[in-house]
Amino acid sequence: MPKTMIEFKNVTFRYNAQAEPTLKNINLQINEGEKVLVVGPSGSGKSTLGNLINGIIPENFRGDLSGEIYIDGKDAKDMSIFDTSLKVGTLLQNSNDQFVGLTVAEDIAFGMENDCFDNPTMRAKVNQWSNKLSINNLLKQAPNNLSGGQKQRTGLAGLLVDDSPILLLDEPLAALDPMAGHESIQLLQDLHNELKNTIVIIEHRLEESLTQDIDKIVLMDDGEIVGIYHPAELLKKNILNKYGIREPLYIEALKKMGVSLNTLNEIDSVEKVNGPEVADRIKKVSANVKPISNYNDSDDILSIKKLSFSYGKKEIFDNLNVDIQKGDMVSLVGKNGVGKTTLSKLIVGFLTPNAGEIKFNGESLLNKSIKERADDIGYIMQDPDKMISKVMIYDEVALGLKLRHYPKAQIKAKVNHALKICNLYPFRNWPISALSYGQKKRLTIASMLVLSPKLLILDEPTAGQDYYHYTEIMNFLRKLNHEQALTMIFITHDMHLMAEYSTRTLVIGDHNILRDNTPAKVLDDEQLLAKANLRRTSLSILAKRFNVKYNDFSNYLIGKERDNQYEQ
Amino acid sequence: MNSNLFGYDHNNTWVHQLTGTSKLIFFILVSIIAMISYDYRFIILVLLLSIFAFKQSQIKWVQIKFVVKLIFIFAVLNLVMVFVFSPNHGAALYGTRHVLINLGYFTITKEQLFYELNLGLKYLVTVPISLIFLITTNPSEFSASLNKIGVSYRLSYSLSLSLRYIPDVQNDFKEISLAQQARGYEISKKGKLFSRLKGTTQILIPLILSSLDKIQTISQAMELRRFGKNKHRTWYMNRNFNKKDYSIILLSIFIVILGILFMKMDGGRFYNPFI
Repeated sequence: MPKTMIEFKNVTFRYNAQAEPTLKNINLQINEGEKVLVVGPSGSGKSTLGNLINGIIPENFRGDLSGEIYIDGKDAKDMSIFDTSLKVGTLLQNSNDQFVGLTVAEDIAFGMENDCFDNPTMRAKVNQWSNKLSINNLLKQAPNNLSGGQKQRTGLAGLLVDDSPILLLDEPLAALDPMAGHESIQLLQDLHNELKNTIVIIEHRLEESLTQDIDKIVLMDDGEIVGIYHPAELLKKNILNKYGIREPLYIEALKKMGVSLNTLNEIDSVEKVNGPEVADRIKKVSANVKPISNYNDSDDILSIKKLSFSYGKKEIFDNLNVDIQKGDMVSLVGKNGVGKTTLSKLIVGFLTPNAGEIKFNGESLLNKSIKERADDIGYIMQDPDKMISKVMIYDEVALGLKLRHYPKAQIKAKVNHALKICNLYPFRNWPISALSYGQKKRLTIASMLVLSPKLLILDEPTAGQDYYHYTEIMNFLRKLNHEQALTMIFITHDMHLMAEYSTRTLVIGDHNILRDNTPAKVLDDEQLLAKANLRRTSLSILAKRFNVKYNDFSNYLIGKERDNQYEQ
Repeated sequence: MNSNLFGYDHNNTWVHQLTGTSKLIFFILVSIIAMISYDYRFIILVLLLSIFAFKQSQIKWVQIKFVVKLIFIFAVLNLVMVFVFSPNHGAALYGTRHVLINLGYFTITKEQLFYELNLGLKYLVTVPISLIFLITTNPSEFSASLNKIGVSYRLSYSLSLSLRYIPDVQNDFKEISLAQQARGYEISKKGKLFSRLKGTTQILIPLILSSLDKIQTISQAMELRRFGKNKHRTWYMNRNFNKKDYSIILLSIFIVILGILFMKMDGGRFYNPFI
């Protein structure tokens, strides 16, 4: 019998600040060497479950805890957070915020310093693990200078030096570009194969997580465990969408084509999935597709000519040219740190180009202040907390209008209208602190919409959102685009998002635009994807396996998706 | 680039090679004795020595220009204020009164000038000593050094953490300020002074909120890696003392003894040339 590493018996937990328990009657058993994925929508209690495993609860959050928890056979009641941390190594969600050392080496050694290891031992261990994770050339670097993937490796190395038998990872994919995410999954797989430790991953990006071997998936909803499944079993159950988790794209596609999931073999791998009807169906649907015209002959709304920009000596753009047409829905993609956010900041005036011209509706933007540009261009930052400065929802949305001296009655009408569009009207008299992350995001969009911008730039509009909120936000944006002819540019790492919601993709490469084409064409070009740290979606893998043109296949699916939406 | 406040340069002179602890001990002992003594002969001796060490550490003028100018302005201001508030202090101290220029309350005496000369020298002498410590010590070693001379490791680690987070907070500040401008606060030169001021204060709320969030996360991350478990901790960047370090500590003790000898000779903290 394998050893039980984590055991929950009838565990219920209620935070002191809350009326209802966040976790209800949890029973869970995880064995030594297992790799377990915990999925569930926002607010389902999966992070709370993680905090109970690593001892943050009850150390940092007080509340009512009943039931029994055993970590490596020991009763968690008798363990301090320090004892637990020797059993469970935790990688927190945002690896940037958990850096404690001034350099990579110090950060890796942090736990050992607290355990009073001597210097030669620390140096040896730091070298051993940094070599293993290929960050040995970065030891003297400050954490701010690392890429997302490197930060994560540093965080992992800092846990692995402890030799703890359990690793707990909270949304390890959240801050990574598609390629780095893929590498991170590979790395976990290799580590697991070698160390045979127990790994618990909390993640709502199911599709990427499934590219590794997962022993079981714990599905959570509303504080309860819905069930514990083998990946294939869960996918066949066809219940994911109901629980706000995005199904893998290829499963979605197969369902849309009318393939019954129960007839499929090896359903948990896009590389192997097959069944009696699959090949026929894919060929049939791809054969007679109405071409979707993405061609937009409207006037240019934004025109960038010969743009150059550098941070000090580091050149970001050199002679970049691009025109955006009215009504475009543009996705801006490319590897981390290549300048996607920089380009947006140049457009809205947060940064000033070294050379070149940016015109909006034929007028130069360069002599305008940030405020003047904001009358036409709304920029929504990734982190809503950086944009919000008021306490009440209504005031936050009204702020831009007040500062532009609109009459009171008009402000009220405009604010209410924007709040209605963003589904926030019922909350208008609430404090902002009562909103969820997704609602805050919509709030920042509302406070831009009141200014009636002609162009919206959104930085990672769906980052950190579960599927339910993701769809909600993106459908909302698409509606704005259709109904108000609002031009949009969004920065994203999410290939699904790009394929499904944008009509045009700009791939940013080193110093310039690498490709300007439809999302389907971009996804079909493997060389380009590799160059820009992007990944094929499982759809294009499926298309390739069954020898159909990706373009046709994806057009069929997108067409079908849009039909569905208009029916609703 | 290493994130730090004082601009640690990655040079490799013998001053840089000294451990942070020995430099810190030198800095503390020598500045204390220089603060106590009012004997310009002793202070000038220490000054010459620290200027020599300063030259040896190859610190460039541009690195310290701003700080030195700032210290200079404050020192001069302080000396003037001392004169304004007690122009007779020197005479009272030294027990004699040699009037140079008679200006009533503001009468200038030799004693006052001599006293203020000593005071000025004392300010001057701390500049190179403190700058040597700040600029030639790797920020990663600060906390280890403080801990080694007896400051609790929680306290000294928080110093090192704030060094780590200063660039982050600066970044946040910039981003939030820009976002507020986009909302309509005209902080650029096109705006009126009042609206610029108001816009700036609006940055504080989101900045404080985002910083508090960060503090919570970081303290959790630290606990999860057993910070605070033991009464002591070791330091990865800690280096063992070598001969040079021992010589520096001996030298600082020697300077302290020298200072005390001078005081014995003077029969007190003040060297009095007027009797």
